[in-house]
Amino acid sequence: MTGRTATFRIWRGDARGGSYHDYPTEVTEGMVVLDAVHQIQAVQANDLAVRWNCKAGKCGSCSAEVNGNPRLMCMTRLNQLDLSTPITIEPMRAFPPIRDLVTDVSWNFDAKKRIKRFKPRPPDAPDGTWRMSQPDVERVQEFRKCIECFLCQDVCHVLRDHQMFNEFIGPRHLVYAAALEMHPLDTENRTRDLKDTHGVGYCNITKCCTKVCPESITITDNAIIPLKERVIDQLYDPIAKVFRALRGGRHV
Amino acid sequence: MPEYQTHEHDVLVIGAGGAGLRAAIEASASGVSVGLVCKSLLGKAHTVMAEGGIAAALANVDDRDNWKVHFADTMRGGQYVNNWRMAELHAKEAPDRVRELEAWGATFDRTKDGKILQRNFGGHRYPRLAHVGDRTGLELIRTLQDHGIHQGIDVHMECTIIKLLTDGGRVVGAFGYERERGRFKLFKAKAIVLATGGIGRAYEITSNSWEYTGDGHTLAYDALAELVDMEFVQFHPTGMIWPPSVRGILVTEAVRGEGGILTNNQGRRFMFDEIPENYRTQTADNEEEGWRYTQGDKAARRPPELLTRDHVSRCIVREIKAGRGSPHGGVFLDISWIKARIPNAPEHIKKKLPSMYHQFKQLADIDITREPMEVGPTTHYVMGGVRVDSDTQMSSVPGLFAAGECAAGINGANRLGGNSLSDIIVFGKRAGEHAAKFAKAQKPGSIDARQLDEAAQWAVQPFERGADGEGPYQVQYALQKMMQDLVGIVRSEQEMQRALEGLGPLRERAQRVGVGGHREYNPGWHAALDLHSLLTVSEAITRSAIERRESRGGHFRDDYPDKDATCATFNIVVRKNAAGRMEISRVPIPELPSELKQVIEEMK
Repeated sequence: MTGRTATFRIWRGDARGGSYHDYPTEVTEGMVVLDAVHQIQAVQANDLAVRWNCKAGKCGSCSAEVNGNPRLMCMTRLNQLDLSTPITIEPMRAFPPIRDLVTDVSWNFDAKKRIKRFKPRPPDAPDGTWRMSQPDVERVQEFRKCIECFLCQDVCHVLRDHQMFNEFIGPRHLVYAAALEMHPLDTENRTRDLKDTHGVGYCNITKCCTKVCPESITITDNAIIPLKERVIDQLYDPIAKVFRALRGGRHV
Repeated sequence: MPEYQTHEHDVLVIGAGGAGLRAAIEASASGVSVGLVCKSLLGKAHTVMAEGGIAAALANVDDRDNWKVHFADTMRGGQYVNNWRMAELHAKEAPDRVRELEAWGATFDRTKDGKILQRNFGGHRYPRLAHVGDRTGLELIRTLQDHGIHQGIDVHMECTIIKLLTDGGRVVGAFGYERERGRFKLFKAKAIVLATGGIGRAYEITSNSWEYTGDGHTLAYDALAELVDMEFVQFHPTGMIWPPSVRGILVTEAVRGEGGILTNNQGRRFMFDEIPENYRTQTADNEEEGWRYTQGDKAARRPPELLTRDHVSRCIVREIKAGRGSPHGGVFLDISWIKARIPNAPEHIKKKLPSMYHQFKQLADIDITREPMEVGPTTHYVMGGVRVDSDTQMSSVPGLFAAGECAAGINGANRLGGNSLSDIIVFGKRAGEHAAKFAKAQKPGSIDARQLDEAAQWAVQPFERGADGEGPYQVQYALQKMMQDLVGIVRSEQEMQRALEGLGPLRERAQRVGVGGHREYNPGWHAALDLHSLLTVSEAITRSAIERRESRGGHFRDDYPDKDATCATFNIVVRKNAAGRMEISRVPIPELPSELKQVIEEMK
């Protein structure tokens, strides 16, 4: 595909509004969407706003919607797209726009802070270290692969369509909570928070988040459903409730 | 007076990769107020790109390992021009810093008995790198980030510092802009820690992102601090080379640690062809022994693919220049061959090198479990940086500290893989601790309005020239190309003099750069302002490299291809003189204390 021209239809604007602009640019072998955006930025539109860092799918900065699909621009090859019609690039729509492809994702950083931090059990060995088995850490490692691109947040209808940012922490932070809850060393209990303030119940398992995850984390099945189960086991199980009442009514 | 927002902290940390985060955590734990400035969003810094692991002599896999071996390896790798005290502190303290990460929630891969697993890496005598597959950097930065957000640190995201403010020689604040609205910010601080990372963007082919423009180096230099070892730039031997758009992206050394081999277009393992004298006794002399080493045989010596990065890069360049390169101008790196040795090799590779598997699959349509990769050297790391006190990390300017890649000393002429992640946590902690201590002993300084005005006026000039001025990206590309061609892996006096001459016109062009639009999230403007840093570090690298008339570590000269023992006695220091010009001088390396000398002798 050396030497051919493709058109990129990029949303440009800010919180006050915006529109799509067409930029034709030359595309060459192996290019990704982010390369095209950079080329346009370097030659046609110096002030085209875009976030990026590693350009290798590891930092999760260049999230956007390419032809309507939430994607990392650095990992979207042009040869996966139909170049005969304009390629649409727009910012993540679940978050307030700042400028062009850059959105205000600061809510995510605040939401994360509200989740109770890691609290390890006392060390296993006299030298202050712990022992963990590989299979135990692997369960958590899957969640810790998360690069915080927030594409899962972008596609989640609870956030995107219903804007329930106050009631629901979203798939990214449920994955984070799961990583803490299932951490072999962690002793904190977040079940009550998950139900009351993190809103795990709002997820109705449409699995859109899992589909868009560039790290292929099985968000719904491996993180969210087990958390929902914890909430049910600990807070809704009638037999456990009786037990708890009899044993002195410890609330979780 | 320009308009700006004012923030006040006891300690201001500039840069939020591993070193900056660790410094901020340490400072805030000691009870001072801390501000943390990051050029990008929190958690996106280049630390996420570190793949292979953290070097620390935990001795979990090989009980022969200890701080002395790690120290000797680091000095050997750095060709003995390291700051030996930093190398000593680093080797002694790295294990505690790694264990601390575990206490904060990091989940390293495990040994069979449940301890932190360690892997082989270039230049390390024993398996030493604590790791999480090949995404160790992400684990490190996320662990520090998730710990740090509960420490009461004020984080200023997407904010770039353009000037340090001084009062009577002491640093008292920093001035910069935030990206979102383009507003200026003044940070008053009693102590400042620079943790801004590297300079990779001064080169055309690099594994570094847009952020790595040598900001910390330049801020320090402009505040009259000294830089040291700037001639030592590390070209990582294995960057992607095809397709063109991914050129430079890192391919972790862990590929070789797990048994990957380098071959030329004749199928020859060319790394066996030249083994440096000081590594001969440690290096396997046949393929069989090399393989056994990667599989944990303690009696075996390491394969030559795991020699230091400077050497491997030069061998690759040699093969390419001799016409024995791969189709796209690199060499082959093959991990798929291990299927001849172990069952279920494809699964094993995907498990050990998951992000490499993905990277090649998605970006190059290559399945690394089935076919070799094409790789070539990429600008990766700068050993040089702010000259600091080994124990406190304070620069020659009171109140100004530096840690991580933007500081210098520990790595000497060449950094060993894995020593960067340990460097940033060891010296990040030290910088935070001593910056806090310094801040506690100081009264607030006074901010000089003139310094502020100057910085603010300079920063808005590109808008005054408007979109008709020179394009910022075009100047950046021209500089990158020049540095790549003239001050790259193989250098000569003549070419470097040409680079020096070329810097003048580039500086003039940078002063004519104009941008259109307004100040809100305008990347053209940001690129225009970054040019000053890029030009400053480029000049520092070039002048230092001309001054070192020998070849050592990351610095290789065609016209002086050998190591010169007389050059092992000094480091090259860069500073701004009274006339505002860059001045180069040689400073003697203090003699090694006898106990450290003995350690090096024992480990030979």
